[in-house]
Amino acid sequence: MFSYYLKLGLLSIRRNPLLSALMIAAIAIGIGACMTIITVNYVMSSNPIPTKSEQLFHVQLDSWDPNQPEDDGNFEPPDQMTYIDAMALMKAQKAYRQVASNKSSLVLEPQGDDERPFSVTSRNTWADFFPMFDLRFVHGGGWDDASDRNLERVVVLSKEINERVFGGENSIGRRVRLSGMDYQVVGVLDEFHPVPKFFDVTNGAFSDPEEIYIPFNVAVEYELPRNGNTNCWKPVDGDGIEAFLNSECAWIQFWAELRDNSEKQEYMAFINAYAEQQKELGRFPRPLNNRLNDVMEWMEDQEVVEDDARVMLGLSILFLFVCLINTIGLLLAKFLGKSGDISLRRALGASRSSLFIQHMIESGLVGLAGGVLGLGLAWLGLRGIEMLFGDFVENMVSMDWVMVLTAIGLAIVSALLAGLYPTWRACSIAPAGQLKLQ
Amino acid sequence: MEIGPIWRAMMRNKTGAILIALQIAVTMAIMVNAISIMQEKDRMMSRPSGLDEHNLFSIASVGFAKDFNERVTIEEDLAALRAMPGIVNAIQSNAVPLSGSGWSMGLQTEPGAEIDGTGVGLYFVDEHGLDTYGVNLLAGENFSASDVAWRERAATEWPDKTIITRAMAEAMFPDDWASALGKTVYIADTQPITITGIVEKMQGSWPGWDGFERVMLVPTHTLFGATVYLIRTEPGMRDSVMPQVEELLADRNKDRIVRSMRSMDEIRERSYRSESSMIKILTFTIVLLIAITSLGIVGLASFSVNRRTRQIGTRRALGASKLVILRYFMTENFIISLGGVLLGAALTVGLNILMIETFSLTRITWYLVPVAMLLLLAVGQIAVFGPARRASSVPPAVATRTV
Repeated sequence: MFSYYLKLGLLSIRRNPLLSALMIAAIAIGIGACMTIITVNYVMSSNPIPTKSEQLFHVQLDSWDPNQPEDDGNFEPPDQMTYIDAMALMKAQKAYRQVASNKSSLVLEPQGDDERPFSVTSRNTWADFFPMFDLRFVHGGGWDDASDRNLERVVVLSKEINERVFGGENSIGRRVRLSGMDYQVVGVLDEFHPVPKFFDVTNGAFSDPEEIYIPFNVAVEYELPRNGNTNCWKPVDGDGIEAFLNSECAWIQFWAELRDNSEKQEYMAFINAYAEQQKELGRFPRPLNNRLNDVMEWMEDQEVVEDDARVMLGLSILFLFVCLINTIGLLLAKFLGKSGDISLRRALGASRSSLFIQHMIESGLVGLAGGVLGLGLAWLGLRGIEMLFGDFVENMVSMDWVMVLTAIGLAIVSALLAGLYPTWRACSIAPAGQLKLQ
Repeated sequence: MEIGPIWRAMMRNKTGAILIALQIAVTMAIMVNAISIMQEKDRMMSRPSGLDEHNLFSIASVGFAKDFNERVTIEEDLAALRAMPGIVNAIQSNAVPLSGSGWSMGLQTEPGAEIDGTGVGLYFVDEHGLDTYGVNLLAGENFSASDVAWRERAATEWPDKTIITRAMAEAMFPDDWASALGKTVYIADTQPITITGIVEKMQGSWPGWDGFERVMLVPTHTLFGATVYLIRTEPGMRDSVMPQVEELLADRNKDRIVRSMRSMDEIRERSYRSESSMIKILTFTIVLLIAITSLGIVGLASFSVNRRTRQIGTRRALGASKLVILRYFMTENFIISLGGVLLGAALTVGLNILMIETFSLTRITWYLVPVAMLLLLAVGQIAVFGPARRASSVPPAVATRTV
């Protein structure tokens, strides 16, 4: 029966090409617009590290200004950490793994004389960074704790930089000159493009990951420039790097890996105890307000999905709604236009339910066609967004199979919903009245 | 007018009319709110920066060699740049207005850590700063060469003079901005700094910040390792000067790299890219939406004309002129559209209230609603004109035939 209805549906679609084209176009445009925006929102709110997102916690300590006004009684502690606190937590080693990190911009001098130096972004971090955030290597691996302790000048290169500097070959053991000092290559990363860049949303949730990784202690020791956000509630007390490191300036992102709830509770107790202890030393003047947020909680807290994107999502859903009303109207026109046919089939013994199924199948067919076409339009829409926004959204405009299935599913469901009322109307036509007229 | 019969005929087939009206209403709600968002973005983008934007460009210089002498490099770079033909003036600074990166501080009228300062964007400049930016000094005087200090990266001392924007003066001295001149205010909680000049307008680094127009200039050269030059050229010379400057700086000193050379126009474009893209996307959406709605009207009206062919023929046979038939369908659409835009006005306001609450957007300007109503009524009339004309050309003879 199904194939027969399918055939009837196709015939009917072909009989009114203009009306059918209008319907398919309306659904396609609605789906296209909607899916373009949904994709952007979906990518913005996607889980960058699904396997571990519930075990990775962003750590916030409230070391902030006692005079800071609280908006509606809820003070958000600083999103970054001071050097004193980050080092204390690193030293305590109370979490399964923990890393403090920040960002620098360095100049890389290639070996060849004719090659010009260029700037690279660097993440200054600890040995645990690599296993903790699941980074994969093409060659070598991360450095170990000893390298952190002994201020070894080691470097992990991204795949792209290894390509650019060493032509993609195994560069383990080679030297790279960074801002006037040599570093030894210990690892070359595989592709690593988490979206959002969850481990440092402060400096751009959708910016590219850093190009090289060096030990945090080395960056501090040699006073490498800090290129991320630095926030101070209190002026730095005195000149020089020592004074800065001991200041209340927050510039470090701190993450801890806690494998289960009990580890989380213990860690929370530990940082609260640390804060109490700091209070006795005259720091942490605000009430106790430390936070542990896992990856997705942190993305939400930081409002990684921009308001503009959410506004557009709302508007695009309304847009789809308009397209659906349009389709309802057109389907209604179409089905009622077929009153004669329907009456004839009814008179020849077709039951209402079989007519219902027949017309729902026809609606579904329109939806399928609209969905496929809409998918193409969504692809065009995403290219358009890429053109408008440029490289900033590069990571945001690709559709995965979830989005493709969503598009087609959404189209079919929409068309079926749109077809419900017209079908019901068509099925309740009394055959006698129609047949008489003929 | 035959409103009575039209109304009664519509009531016999309500669904089609309701669908069209609903479609027009939602279209209007989306359209007006989208236009309102566009207006808001446009207002944001069209705030004047106070700078001589079209003749400005910036280029970054990053020293990397161990023995890189930044101070000498900056002094020589500036001398070379200022001597170059086509260049009006040039400064070395920490950041470029509108660029998205920069430095902010707080200024307060009383010293003390417990007092909240007024947030302000800060640029390090020398006595050439005002001329390079092209900003207009309203009161006080420019820095002199002897005011300009050199600052290391981790330094905490501030010079004793600053020039601020009028917006900053107004924020600190709301009663009389002009009284700010000569006042001593405090930076870094306790360090006194005297306001020696007020400029009319200048924008800071972050367009989304509410303190965007609060800016202070301090007479200092920075020794931060990485620096940026801002260069003002003679009108029309910018594009020819830019490559020359890049070459000059790259060749002068091999211990540093120069990068990120951008004209102020490009910096502005990059900075407002999401706003201008949003405007384009919304414009496209509105056009598409109106197209879909009018196609829907065409489709349904055609259908209704087809269904009523016999009826129309009968009316024609009974003496109705072509014009009367045309008017019938035009009036029918007008009634439906009117219902649609009235419902639309309510939906528009409702959606706007929702958006204000959820996304803190601004309220729609009142005139958008009547304008959109008129526009959609016109769209409806245009869309229905084709089918209506087809209806009016149904020959009276149809009435005598069976279908």
